[in-house]
Amino acid sequence: MVGITSYGAYVPLYRINRMTIYGALGWLNPASLLPGEKAVANYDEDSLTMAVASAMDCLNGTEREKIDGLFFATTTTPYRERQNAGIIATALDLSPEIRTSDFTASIKAGTGALISAYDAVASGSAKNVMVCASDCRLGKPGGFQEEIYGDGAAALLLGDSGVIASVEGSYSLSYDFVDNWRAAEDKYNRTWEDRWIRDEGYGKFISEAISGLLNKYKLTPKDFTKVVYPCLYVRAHADIGKRLGFEDGQIQDHMFTAIGNTGTAYTLMMLVAALEEAKPGDKILVASYGNGSDAIFLEVTGEIEKARKRRGIKEHLASKKDLGSYEKYVTFREILTIDTGGRGEEVAPTQQSTLWRERRMILGLCGSKCRRCGTPQYPPQEICVNPKCGAIGEMDSYRFSDKRASLFTYTGDILAFSPSPPAIYGMVDFEGGGRWLFDITDAELDSIEVGMPVEMSFRRKYHDVSRGIHAYYWKATPIRV
Amino acid sequence: MAEGIKDKVAIIGMGCTQFGERWDKGPQDLMIEAFIEAIEDAGIEKKDINAAWSGTCYEEVSIGKSAIPLAATLKLPFIPATRVENFCATGSEALRGACYAVAAGAYDICLALGVEKLKDTGYGGLPQNDTQMGTSLRAAFPNFTPPGAFAMMGTRYFAQYGLSPDEGKRALAHISVKSHHNGAMNPKAHLRREITIEQVMNAPIVAWPLGLFDCCGVSDGAAAAIVTRAELAKKFRPDPVYVKALQISVSSGEELMFTDWDYAHVETTVNASKKAYSEAGIKSPREELSMMEVHDCFSITELTVYEDLGISPRGRAKEDIEAGFYDLDGKIPCQPDGGLKCFGHPIGASGLRMMYEMYKQLQGKAGPRQVKNPKFGLTHNMGGIPPVNVVSTFIVGL
Repeated sequence: MVGITSYGAYVPLYRINRMTIYGALGWLNPASLLPGEKAVANYDEDSLTMAVASAMDCLNGTEREKIDGLFFATTTTPYRERQNAGIIATALDLSPEIRTSDFTASIKAGTGALISAYDAVASGSAKNVMVCASDCRLGKPGGFQEEIYGDGAAALLLGDSGVIASVEGSYSLSYDFVDNWRAAEDKYNRTWEDRWIRDEGYGKFISEAISGLLNKYKLTPKDFTKVVYPCLYVRAHADIGKRLGFEDGQIQDHMFTAIGNTGTAYTLMMLVAALEEAKPGDKILVASYGNGSDAIFLEVTGEIEKARKRRGIKEHLASKKDLGSYEKYVTFREILTIDTGGRGEEVAPTQQSTLWRERRMILGLCGSKCRRCGTPQYPPQEICVNPKCGAIGEMDSYRFSDKRASLFTYTGDILAFSPSPPAIYGMVDFEGGGRWLFDITDAELDSIEVGMPVEMSFRRKYHDVSRGIHAYYWKATPIRV
Repeated sequence: MAEGIKDKVAIIGMGCTQFGERWDKGPQDLMIEAFIEAIEDAGIEKKDINAAWSGTCYEEVSIGKSAIPLAATLKLPFIPATRVENFCATGSEALRGACYAVAAGAYDICLALGVEKLKDTGYGGLPQNDTQMGTSLRAAFPNFTPPGAFAMMGTRYFAQYGLSPDEGKRALAHISVKSHHNGAMNPKAHLRREITIEQVMNAPIVAWPLGLFDCCGVSDGAAAAIVTRAELAKKFRPDPVYVKALQISVSSGEELMFTDWDYAHVETTVNASKKAYSEAGIKSPREELSMMEVHDCFSITELTVYEDLGISPRGRAKEDIEAGFYDLDGKIPCQPDGGLKCFGHPIGASGLRMMYEMYKQLQGKAGPRQVKNPKFGLTHNMGGIPPVNVVSTFIVGL
């Protein structure tokens, strides 16, 4: 049996109420108002960091050396050349003996990656393949997309043992239907007329793929506990299910008014939400949208009960903070060019050769642990830092990214440049030993105190626009849930 | 057995520029200003100098690398010259080089000169330098500033000793008020006005819990010293100042990476001062020291230095501060010249500026700030941030 063996998700902490966006720019386009809120990545998050967060949720104690494939699906790759999946694999401290690929350029790339991962495991060429789907798309200020697009990520592990939901079949459609597009030189998506998208694309392809799958496997809507497909227009979403013969209770909640349309990640995030509620024997039908559609048929097994302990969608949804201002949103997304001051302008060159040499230390947050005295230490040392030990060359690699920690001391710095001042940072003591100074993110100064528990989160450390560098590192955050 | 440096070296001349925002002066002008005062004070000529040490930290915004700017600006006649850098302890490092050179008997007269031209960056605070902790650490270190790195010591000190933010900040405020009082009497100081506790408490935050008046000035300036072997000193002047101890301690990495350190004290200060007391033959610093100039880059630094020097008991510096122990008329006046807080902090010059005040005080030339009959003066010059730093401690006397 081949299928999903674990799942995880990530929704950024911040939400922006669509009324806040409308309040700022609704005067430009009075018809753009949508209900609810959408999830927005913090200034130091992007599709890649959110993918790592969802993967950390999905790993949940899985032996990382067993993973031999990682596929990253997104339309918002930070790099157009430099494999983004490879950055994720390094951040997760996976073995270099692994196949990695980016699946991109369509929001159905998430299900595409899932089907490919299934095929790899089913064919026997890989044992455990991680699929991460994440998006952080930009709508042009004042436009409809800006209200629609939300940020988030989902991760699924595919394998052939401990399967919680087996993949029973799939049916795919591919059309060069250009409803949304973004050329190489574009920052924002462009779009054709909504009515045409709704009636000729969105309203048709999902139904066509689902019907194709039902015919292919001789199934009917009644055979499924849940049907999962993304929402582009709230009313049209309900109509698709109804027309296919699904009852309201079978249609998975689209979360459109809670997080927005999270692009490539969206369908898989909804699938994670469905798995959180699933019972053994449930059949789930998943269909994506974007230049066609992929429909996938899953059957939940008795192993599902073992996969409950994770944040997934439910806990991430419940843990949120209102961003408050539209100006903050456009600053975080680098839509508004702010005055960083002279201090913020001075960015030293990034040395790729150093990053390569120290990749496990920087991207993987790996230090070392002394074989003689057992002291974990970061960065990795050759000579033990314990003054009572001092052993030379007796170190094993030791990963800190998955260790809990406590905040030993901190400050909120107004002088240091940060797109979200004050720059909060502090000394972090890891459970089991080891300490280091880290930036603290997803936190406000008045909610922080000495001794509070923290966890590590992979973030964008800086964006050197003039040299085209998105630099990544780990930060500490208050325990999210 | 090593003998140490006690009474082997004498300072026979010193110079120090006006510190401050010297918009109209370049680093070369500042070097010349300090140098002329120092050789005139020593009563020597340039040709009498056998070797020189130049201290600058931020060469990027100052004079550039190497000792060439010093030699070429002063037109030193092809003598040995070396540039040293050890973060904010750079000035003391320059003086250390000169002292050991004459103590070794290699030279008769040496020059130590520290200079920094900080006010050419276009923004406040110290120059931004992403790679100052090294290029790999740049990728793995918060984008910190010095106020932030020291503010974390305030947060931790308050937590460790059970002080509310208000109590802690109030104790720190006393330190700054005292230094402003002294600095206001110093014609060469950068910041020359008295302030009140309430002003300090209400000032805008720079890095929580430190506010504007918890932070020292960012200044331009230079300072210089002429040193000679002790036995030659009286040929130059009747009141040379003798080096009684000269110690330096550098972090081992343990504070930053091993969980024993409390971030409420500076381990290098403890080490350097213990060795300095032993070298100088001081048994009880609280009883024997007459005055000191310590590295008060931030008020919290000065507070912890009181304890790390073994003068105030651990966790109880607040009591001494509030009792006026470190005031100009207290038992051990601290920062009689206003300190980094008010005299200012042109990095490379600061260690030498501290010594300049001790030297003038010991000679009885400190004017309205004169400490009564000083015997031993201590300088404490710290470079880096609490978890990783360099501390240099000098003790001098007549």
